[in-house]
Amino acid sequence: MQPGDLIYRERKAYQGVPLGEDDLPRAWECLTEVMDPEVPVVSVVDLGMIRAVEWEGDRLKVKVSPTYSGCPATEVIERDVQEALEDTGFKNPRIERVLAPAWTTDWITDKGRAALQAYGIAPPPKGQGRDTLHDPGPAECPHCGSTDTVQVSEFGSTACKALYKCRDCLEPFDYFKCL
Amino acid sequence: MTTDQALTEYLLRLADTDMVLAQRFCEWCGNAPALEEEIAMMNVGLDLIGQARNWYDYVAELRDDGHDADFLAFRRNEREYRNLLIAEQPRGDYAVTTAKQFFFDVWHHLVLTRLTESSDERIAGIAAKGLKEATYHRRRSTEWMLRLGQGTEESHRRLTDAVQNLWRFTYELTDTDEIEDQLAEAGIGAGNVGDVWRAEVARVFAEAGLELPEPARHFYMDGKNGKHTEHLGFLLAEMQYLPRAYPDATW
Repeated sequence: MQPGDLIYRERKAYQGVPLGEDDLPRAWECLTEVMDPEVPVVSVVDLGMIRAVEWEGDRLKVKVSPTYSGCPATEVIERDVQEALEDTGFKNPRIERVLAPAWTTDWITDKGRAALQAYGIAPPPKGQGRDTLHDPGPAECPHCGSTDTVQVSEFGSTACKALYKCRDCLEPFDYFKCL
Repeated sequence: MTTDQALTEYLLRLADTDMVLAQRFCEWCGNAPALEEEIAMMNVGLDLIGQARNWYDYVAELRDDGHDADFLAFRRNEREYRNLLIAEQPRGDYAVTTAKQFFFDVWHHLVLTRLTESSDERIAGIAAKGLKEATYHRRRSTEWMLRLGQGTEESHRRLTDAVQNLWRFTYELTDTDEIEDQLAEAGIGAGNVGDVWRAEVARVFAEAGLELPEPARHFYMDGKNGKHTEHLGFLLAEMQYLPRAYPDATW
């Protein structure tokens, strides 16, 4: 998948018996196929946005943590999560938006980091969400691996990215901000 | 005033200030001096709109009168807006935009930092999320203050003019009224951040080679209580036109 490619998830109405309490793993499984619309190679699970999947009475409840306060993809992601669960067989699932604790890039999984890198976006350093917000270290070029890189702008094509340039291979690249 | 009434007033000040400032930022879309700056400003504006929505959602829940965040943003009149006066001032040239943003960012960062300790968990959560973003914003506008202050003769002159033009509005950033004092005492609000704000602004001014004016004094206008400069009405007219002209429009 290349940057700029669009994703489209085909809806398929679920025909069987509604799923119940024993089917929680299937909920997680289907969410691993819901991609961030702006970074369509990473699922919402790998981004660490899904904070809990649990039963609330006879409905499934999913807690979703937005990445940035103003991320325009928030509503789309919530709708995609809702539809994916319905199509898998969970009846009338409830999506709850949770702000606290605030989402951090430390929640991005190793699989998610690898997918970002392969897509040409330098992943944020792991476990440094708190520190690097104040002092962003050198970003590693996702194309050639060099750390001789320079920040062009702290703000990029989406709220979650900054713009960098590699001094070795001279390619510009996006860096997923460490938050 | 009951705590709940004071709280909705207080939250509207935070929300409206974010909203109006973001709207001013968006006026730079297609007009910014450099592409990276345009992207940066749209990013900051988006963060602020997101934060405004988080506060508006809470106000709507507290009021529980059937109105949602969109209503609060798009259907209230000028006198019902509670934003700080500095937010509604025209964008001016890049020095004005920069100085305005810097004064706001330092205040915003201090206020959100304190609000993460609020006894109201909802406020603490929204503030903790917004604080991460405000940290970026503050770093960016501080760097621009230094760059323009230490830059060319013209950039220095323009920034000095911008500071002189805007300084009178900074009293709202360093002052508190009864509502803010009441909520600070209850452990909910941020209280007065004036001393720390002045110290931080003085530090950056010294580094940028700018002259620090005397502390701004209170005057007859009062954005926190709906008494605005003439600029807000024009801004709202543009911002609210579509949802008012086509009330059920969706896309």
